[in-house]
Amino acid sequence: MYQKKSVILQGKDWVLIWMYGLIALIGLICIFSVEYRPNDDVVKSLFAFQKNYSKQFYYLIVCVIVAMFILLTDSKLFTATPNLLYVFGIGLLIATFFVGKTVNGSKSWIPLGFMNLQPVETCKIFTALALAKYLSRSDTNFAKPRSQLIASAICFLPIVFSLLQNETGLALVYFSFLLPMYREGFPPAYLVMGASMGVLLVVTLLFPAKPLIIFLGVVGLFLINSLKRKIKRNKSLLFIIVGAWALSTLFIGVMVPFLFKHVFQQYQADRIFSMIGKDNPYVIQNTADITAGTAVEKKAKSDKENYNVKQSKIAIGSGGFFGKGFLKGTQTQGDFVPEQHTDFIFTSLAENFGFIGCVILMILYLNMLLRIVFIAERQRSTFSRVYAYSVAAILFFHIAINICMTIGLAPVIGITLPLMSYGGSSLLTFTILIFILIRLDSDRQMVLR
Amino acid sequence: MSVFNQSRKNVISLIFIALFAIIIIRLFTLQVITSKYKILAEDQGTFRKVIYPDRGIIYDRHRNAILQNVNISDLMVTPNKLRGIDTFTLCKILNIDTAQFQKKIVELIIKNGRSRPSVFEPLLSDEKLAMLNESMFKFAPAFYLQERSVRSYPYDAAANVLGYTAEVDTNFLKKHPNEGYVAGDYAGMTGLERSYEKVLMGERGIEYWKRDNKNRLTERLGNREYDTLARAGKALYSSIDIELQALGEKLMQNKLGSIVAIDPKTGGILAMVSSPTYQPKYLTGSERRKHFSELFLNPALPLLNRTVSATYSPGSTFKTLQALIGLHDGVISTSTRFSCSGAFYGCGSGKPMRCLDVGTFDLRDAITISDNTYFANVMQKVINNPAFPNIESSLTHWDNYMYSFGLGRKLGVDVPSEKMGNIPTPKYYNTVYGKGKWNFCNFRSVSIGQGEVSVTPLQVANEMAYIANKGWYIAPHVIDSIEGGDKYNQLTAFKKRIQPTNIPDSIFEAVHDGMQGVVDRGTGAGAKVKDIVICGKTGTVENYYRGVKQQNHSFFCGFAPRENPTIAIMCVVENSGRFGGTYAAPIVGLMIEKYLKDSITDKARVARLEQLSKLNLMPPRIFAELRRQDSIRHSKDLSYLLAKGYIKLVKDTLGIEDDEVNNDDFDKMNKDKSKGNKPMKDTSLSHEALLPKEKKSNNISDSSKRQK
Repeated sequence: MYQKKSVILQGKDWVLIWMYGLIALIGLICIFSVEYRPNDDVVKSLFAFQKNYSKQFYYLIVCVIVAMFILLTDSKLFTATPNLLYVFGIGLLIATFFVGKTVNGSKSWIPLGFMNLQPVETCKIFTALALAKYLSRSDTNFAKPRSQLIASAICFLPIVFSLLQNETGLALVYFSFLLPMYREGFPPAYLVMGASMGVLLVVTLLFPAKPLIIFLGVVGLFLINSLKRKIKRNKSLLFIIVGAWALSTLFIGVMVPFLFKHVFQQYQADRIFSMIGKDNPYVIQNTADITAGTAVEKKAKSDKENYNVKQSKIAIGSGGFFGKGFLKGTQTQGDFVPEQHTDFIFTSLAENFGFIGCVILMILYLNMLLRIVFIAERQRSTFSRVYAYSVAAILFFHIAINICMTIGLAPVIGITLPLMSYGGSSLLTFTILIFILIRLDSDRQMVLR
Repeated sequence: MSVFNQSRKNVISLIFIALFAIIIIRLFTLQVITSKYKILAEDQGTFRKVIYPDRGIIYDRHRNAILQNVNISDLMVTPNKLRGIDTFTLCKILNIDTAQFQKKIVELIIKNGRSRPSVFEPLLSDEKLAMLNESMFKFAPAFYLQERSVRSYPYDAAANVLGYTAEVDTNFLKKHPNEGYVAGDYAGMTGLERSYEKVLMGERGIEYWKRDNKNRLTERLGNREYDTLARAGKALYSSIDIELQALGEKLMQNKLGSIVAIDPKTGGILAMVSSPTYQPKYLTGSERRKHFSELFLNPALPLLNRTVSATYSPGSTFKTLQALIGLHDGVISTSTRFSCSGAFYGCGSGKPMRCLDVGTFDLRDAITISDNTYFANVMQKVINNPAFPNIESSLTHWDNYMYSFGLGRKLGVDVPSEKMGNIPTPKYYNTVYGKGKWNFCNFRSVSIGQGEVSVTPLQVANEMAYIANKGWYIAPHVIDSIEGGDKYNQLTAFKKRIQPTNIPDSIFEAVHDGMQGVVDRGTGAGAKVKDIVICGKTGTVENYYRGVKQQNHSFFCGFAPRENPTIAIMCVVENSGRFGGTYAAPIVGLMIEKYLKDSITDKARVARLEQLSKLNLMPPRIFAELRRQDSIRHSKDLSYLLAKGYIKLVKDTLGIEDDEVNNDDFDKMNKDKSKGNKPMKDTSLSHEALLPKEKKSNNISDSSKRQK
């Protein structure tokens, strides 16, 4: 009898649920502080579905209902349907090209009447499930490059579509699937190489090429000198160092300019450079096809992006240690930060509650991530573990990039802050992601395939 | 099962922790270490709104407000709320067409943005305001009325004493740093408004407001703990008798000149009339600029406060002082007689100094009939006094007397732009004639107040106060006390009695006798008032304008009553012709009657008053100058017509000759333009009515720049 009564609640990870609720609530409060003006009738507008915070309030209710449904389902459902769902997701992505609606310059939304659906966003769930399904197959040996390639293909296929839909930011999220893959045995060398390429790219943009190559050469020589004995024993180490230097030189001298001149769209290159506070030196030189008007337009656009980051930094920086107090932020109340309720919601928290508030939120998020990692490791089934790591990775990527974006450490690429940013699509996605995990976790003693 | 990869969990956790640590460190530098963003946020998120207090009120001696504030409305507009406004009705009320309306709105948007309110029409006239008020609901919320405080003058008098306020310009800001002025503020520029600016301006309040991204003020910041309240300017209590002042202005209509009346017991100025004057309200309100340029270009110099800024030869009024010196030095006695056989021949040949009444006079009679020869002899005796080794020391001795009488130096009156006047010194004659090469005969005309000596009307009035008090005076001043006390020590100098000499009362009695005789039976009989003993002295002052001899100035100075005097007064009517007794004396008589008897009721006296006030004694050169200016203006009109294409028709019919005329006009015009900021320089400056130097260098030329 007891078991039947608490079928939804039994074996659920309450820590995660509480953290989910807490962060979502903080988000709602922050959205409220963005929109609230003195003399507003709070109760009335909360239920009126006019203001963003009232909409978010209703989205939260919807999310709670959806979460209940997920908890009520059989966890076998999630192991049975991933392939179907994945195909459905890709189908949605393709459908976007035909029935898509353009919002903020990217044609990645499908209007559903009551809300707009962004398939790139929802497809994350399906991809996570599909990856988990593939890796948990009994005949998958992830040590084989063939399996690694197929797993990568599953993760990166949606990237192609979202790039075509001009949603670069959301496309990047799919790179977070490298993390579960790494956990399952993906060779770290690939990751290290990828990461060092990223670092080298940033460094290349920041410093002039020739001194950088010389500096790297000096570092290499220093390495050779300090590793003399090891090199004597193992000559290949020397080749690795020299080869790495040669590769970096090639990367700095040839590949980066090539990337910026021919691969990136100009506005993307501009965006990256504006983030590090420089003018784009790779501006296409033949101005014949660029009229003065578009040049001005582009200048205005890049100014606008600078303006966003500047205002965001001002709002965060002016918060100080203890913050200005709830609803007392002059920058928030003055509408200075554009898109504050969505991508820049963090600024509202940072201004109102200061460094202390930020640290508390960061600790909450970190706890959530580590909790998910902990949950992942206690699963008996590979499916659940891979899925849990996928959720952690997606959350991590979103949190890190979004906050770095607001404090000027990352380019503004339009990634929401999980559970906090305004928007039904984003909130629902993360709710589903997390609650599927919680559902799977409650069956952690079973081996799901 | 990839259990062997379990350690990778730690790597992943570490990555999470590391990145979060980086973010927290970055947040720490942004929020705690750097203050740059806090400053930026304050700059853009908050607004220091300066609250202007009302300026102080000025009262006359009977506590009538003579300068106060009234509220005038500005019509404000917020362009982004304009949709659905009844523009047509508004344009009709404001007397503009819709095209002008559109143009103005566009200008305002460019200047001030769409969402911030701008002034659409400043300082609405009463009728426009009434009409707008009636139908304001049609224009809300884009338009609204905003009141502001403007100076008003209930008695419409004393413009030159009170002065005016104007927007501060860059020069003013440079000269008054750290006093809290910013561009766009108003500050007192002349008169009492200038002298007591610190007191009148009050203390500005500051309110801190939150501001949004469109620069709109949204709400007050915090609990107003940083705000400071505005404090209204303090009131000034002056010694001016506004009715006396108004009477003086009425009497001086259509004349050049001035009247200064002082209460000898306190040094308080009762009336300070400079004519021509202007309606003080001319320099407030929407038409201010237009009126200012009119006044500024007027050759009669209405903006000049002649009482302190114009200097004249004192003429025969000077003789009273000569008598004091002669008696005190003991070179003459009250019974000393000199005879006049028609002129002063003490210097032998050359142009003799003529006297009007041939005969032999003692001191009293000499003052009464203003005998030139007598005072030439007195001064000759003072200068050639054997008690002094040489003429330089004796002239220095004489100069010191004059300085102690308040001449040749600034009296320190609290109205700006006071001139020093001039008392000739030995040094001056040394440079003109060479050391030792001059004697009394070189400056004998000084003895009767002509030649190198010059004074301001205020100095003469003060000198009368000195004689009336029998040997002391208090520095003349307009303001007696300040509400809330004299914080800036502006009034200290006006509290102490100045007794520069120890001339005994008997000597003053003798001079008083002579001066009473002037009014009773002498040259100043026109000043006579029934039942009041008036002591006075006339002056008929020869003067030159650009080297050409002009009509005489008419002077009269005096005090009344003789015993226990309560008014010392001086009047000058420039270039009136005739004698001091003709015009200045009756004006003074009426002023004294008004002040001592409080009103003029006698029919004959009222008739005299009306007659004098209607009298036009404006020198012809003023009209000539006005005509010249008109013709320049006319030529400008021609150029306008030419530009519009109307003039061509005239040309066709009148032919070449007319062209020449036009060219001439254009030349004149260009010349006028090339003169730049000082169009007055060679048009109307005269040696007796110079624009004060310091004034020229700041206010007026500043203002003229503003006009451009």
